[in-house]
Amino acid sequence: MDSLMVYVYQIAFSFSILILISLGLALIFGMMKVINLAQGEFLMLGAYFCVLGSNLGLPLWLAMLAAGLAVGLVGVIVERTVIRFLYGRVLDTLLATWGISLFLMGIVTTVAGPQSQSVPSNMGPVSLGGLNVPGYSLVMIGAALMMLLGTYAIWRFTNLGLLVRGTMQNPEMARALGTNTSMIYMFTFGFGSAITGLAGALLVPLFGASPTMGGFYISKAFIAVISGGPWPLIGTVSASGLYGVIDGVVSYELSPVLAEICVLFVAVIMLRLLPQGITGRMRKGI
Amino acid sequence: MIKFLQKLQSPSSESPGAVWWAFIVIAAVILALLPQTLGLAQLLDLSVVLVLALLALSMSFLWGYIGILSFGQTAFFGAGGYVYAVAAMNFGTTTLPFFLGILLPMLLAAVLGYFMVYGKLSDIYFSVMTLVITLIMNKAMRATSGSQYVVGDVRLNGQNGIPGVPPLQVPWNPEITLFIDHVYYLAAALLILVYIGLRLLLTTPFGRVMIGIRENEQRIELLGYDARRYKLLAFILSGALAGLSGTMFAIWGNFVAPEMFGLDRAAEVIIWVIVGGKATLIGPIVGVGIIQYLTTWLGMQGVGQVTLVLGVILIVFVLAFKEGLVPTLGNLLLRLLGVRPGGQAEPGSDNEKGPDV
Repeated sequence: MDSLMVYVYQIAFSFSILILISLGLALIFGMMKVINLAQGEFLMLGAYFCVLGSNLGLPLWLAMLAAGLAVGLVGVIVERTVIRFLYGRVLDTLLATWGISLFLMGIVTTVAGPQSQSVPSNMGPVSLGGLNVPGYSLVMIGAALMMLLGTYAIWRFTNLGLLVRGTMQNPEMARALGTNTSMIYMFTFGFGSAITGLAGALLVPLFGASPTMGGFYISKAFIAVISGGPWPLIGTVSASGLYGVIDGVVSYELSPVLAEICVLFVAVIMLRLLPQGITGRMRKGI
Repeated sequence: MIKFLQKLQSPSSESPGAVWWAFIVIAAVILALLPQTLGLAQLLDLSVVLVLALLALSMSFLWGYIGILSFGQTAFFGAGGYVYAVAAMNFGTTTLPFFLGILLPMLLAAVLGYFMVYGKLSDIYFSVMTLVITLIMNKAMRATSGSQYVVGDVRLNGQNGIPGVPPLQVPWNPEITLFIDHVYYLAAALLILVYIGLRLLLTTPFGRVMIGIRENEQRIELLGYDARRYKLLAFILSGALAGLSGTMFAIWGNFVAPEMFGLDRAAEVIIWVIVGGKATLIGPIVGVGIIQYLTTWLGMQGVGQVTLVLGVILIVFVLAFKEGLVPTLGNLLLRLLGVRPGGQAEPGSDNEKGPDV
């Protein structure tokens, strides 16, 4: 029974980290067909804004929210200055966002230095079936689920979500019906960036912030989104579920690095079996 | 002059003419004479440019001519280096490890390529997957710092890499090892051979089908060619080239480290090729030279600026000079000479329709 609790915790932890790091990427890619290689650096910026906010005396949760907003703003700037010239040219957006990624990494290293920084969460360990886990990690799991549900609700039930989905499905028709599609693109990119920034901030108390932290998460995020397939939300959730189980179990039993290699291995096999991703055959979805 | 310029950047599958061969001979003579005028340190810098140019060629060959963008050339580059290092330190001889350093990355490319190409992964997923593969290899190699990670007698050493990789021995006389200037000559000879080899390959039926796939994969398949086979073969060949480059890199520096697989290196390869021009074979070589000297110079200015500047260069080239320097400058020169540059199809335009998800 005890070890079951440990497994559940490990899997939930891996799952929520996968959700955190890939949700923004999935939204931007699924909705706009833009592969944002700067995803990792948006996480990193979120983490740094959170450290900055907390150093300025904000309470941690407020610093995290502020970090999300700030990264959203960065996302809007990036979309207006670079991405919007490249819609429809998938490879070029990939390369340009890689440029942005390097640029952000360089700027943060120049300004904040290469060493890593952190903010403690002031939460003690919690005993969970004989295993002491950081109490904050439970908060993080909860926050990841909240973000997922929140995004789903906005996309599914609000008028804005409808406009976004309509624009992504058929931009000409949306324009004909009087939607300012350029603004919708900007909003979607900003929203995805803000979520990513918030995720980066949420990771700070556990993993800290350093200029190169983006590269640490980016491979997992891409694996989750690619395996997910065309419907960003369902796809990412199901892929994160699958890889969360593998990652959680293997990293607990053996080692985190081995877990990552297992995830990659399964992902390559999955792509051979389901080249369109998990949701590739679904007609409807979100 | 006009003809020369057109020949030099001729991306077509015509046989190279006399002008092109003359250019090769001149380049070879210059490369052969350079050690007379350069000091050892400069020679060392130039050698690494030649070695990395092999890596750049392995990528531009795939991207510029068959239209698949592999971000993961560094995976084969690093694998080549590590295979050479581990094998040479275990065997005590270097001839076999040199070839293993080409062969094993080739095998790796064959396995990975099979899954990705025959899985009909769309081009964009292919690019991202290759990147993911190299990142994970980097991470795995970093995690090998413990003393239990030993291959034969060699500790992998994780982050710190393997120092003291043995220099290449002359195959028929193992007593003699190659010194800095010999490595330079070897690298120059390999680069010229690979350059000629790739250029000639493009004129064969195989090369023509490759270019056909870049232009219109569907049409090539309708003509009865199995595009997947060609893609896989091209991927394997480029894996072998990257492995060769990695092996030479290990020989050049007597050192291998996980950075060979890293994100920074992977980004640099892209930047070399984009800056030089992907649909030419000479462009990537020029790109390596420019960027390598630029980063060395920037590296002396302080930490962080190198990535910052490389990022800006990448963004600017994607937004404004998609063709790369060599074609852009070539066309400019042609225009100044009063010739309209030929309206060749935009390479890679097939990739820009968006992923078929």
